[in-house]
Amino acid sequence: MLELKGISKAFNGRQILSNLDLTVTDGKTLAIVGPSGVGKTTLLRIIAGLENADQGSMIWNGASVTPEELRKQGVLGVVFQNFGLFPQYTVQRNITLAPTLSGTSQAEADKKAGELLDQLQLSEQANAYPGTLSGGQKQRVAIARALALNPQVLLYDEPTSALDPALRDNVAGMLNQFKQDGMTQVVVTHDMDFAAAVADTVFTMPNGKKE
Amino acid sequence: MCVLCSPLGLQGALFDYDDGNYKCRDILGGTTMNYIMEILPALFSGAWTTIWVFALTLIISIPLGVVLSLGLSTTAKNPLALLIRWLLNIYTWVFRGTPLLLQLIFVFYGLPTIGVVFDRGSAVIFAFVLNYAAYFAEIFRGGFQAVSKEQFEAATVLNLTRWQTLRYVIIPQVVKIVLPSIGNEVINLVKDSSLVYVIGLGDLLRAGNIATARDVTLVPLVLVGIIYLLMTFVLTMVQKQMEKKFAFYR
Repeated sequence: MLELKGISKAFNGRQILSNLDLTVTDGKTLAIVGPSGVGKTTLLRIIAGLENADQGSMIWNGASVTPEELRKQGVLGVVFQNFGLFPQYTVQRNITLAPTLSGTSQAEADKKAGELLDQLQLSEQANAYPGTLSGGQKQRVAIARALALNPQVLLYDEPTSALDPALRDNVAGMLNQFKQDGMTQVVVTHDMDFAAAVADTVFTMPNGKKE
Repeated sequence: MCVLCSPLGLQGALFDYDDGNYKCRDILGGTTMNYIMEILPALFSGAWTTIWVFALTLIISIPLGVVLSLGLSTTAKNPLALLIRWLLNIYTWVFRGTPLLLQLIFVFYGLPTIGVVFDRGSAVIFAFVLNYAAYFAEIFRGGFQAVSKEQFEAATVLNLTRWQTLRYVIIPQVVKIVLPSIGNEVINLVKDSSLVYVIGLGDLLRAGNIATARDVTLVPLVLVGIIYLLMTFVLTMVQKQMEKKFAFYR
């Protein structure tokens, strides 16, 4: 279980988050929703350790941690809005790069990548470069890349906004499949229908009302 | 009329040879081809200076430029980082903002007045490296800034170290971005190497100048031009090949 307590963040004197509490329950999907500019992505970036909170603390399974420690322990996987794939590497290499650099053997990393590519219907694209893929394929590569490190919590930043609206149901189906497999997920989205389709809990910003 | 000499304005006289063909005799008493063979060793020896100035400058200034560009593009706000960035900005401003010729003169004739004495070769490499590293630093800074922030962040959340992020994610992309600009500078460097004459080193252009002044003919300078073109042709081909090598992704 991941808990955030009293998170505050200001940018250039403008208070974005103030004294915010949030709990992410194991095996559940939490959607963070709200209008643009309300700090949803900032909150996600604080959890991912890409932004430092001015105040507040994080607790992972009862112990106080820094986002950096969470990352070092391989707890978190992040799927960016624009995917952040490495254009100079094939789909396969995008997925195996981080595991091999952290000490996993190439053979083992390739095997795991093969399984993920199968699972996400990307086997045919294994040797393609990201620049040649569709938006939906890029997103699945980004998810496979995050999953290759065996995270316990997956964070998604606006997973539907860079995609064709018709693909929204596919993404929802995929996230629900991960949930059935026991993955804990945090989804930032401005799309209420999408949130309703995937979330066990909806956290509405800025006031943090839960539904 | 001899086809070799006439476009060059050679003051040759036409002589009838035994085979019935007319050929030129130039001021040295041989045919133009003989004359060319005669001056080529001097030109090649000059070209050797051009080549080592070029090669040494490139080998040192490109890695130096990469390192300096990291300092220039740091976003850290601690006092040390600010100081480094400020100093580097002044450095690139001075070395890109004044002629290389002037820098060369300062290094060789100016620095000895404060007790720093270089031999000719070291002075040339010192000045050229400082000058070119300033350009390369700015080119690489632009390259680093052209890589989207998301690439750095993706590497961060994948738990890559700072060095792994640079080595495996960022630098390969930067190389592709900066290749055309680096290619321009590399070709400029071949030609800039002719400035070494100012501190008394004999390069390709100087060898040609000497021959032209001595023999009152433009042939040596035409050869000099051809040799420069051959060198830049080779470099252009190398650049094209490298750009092709990086064209496999968008």
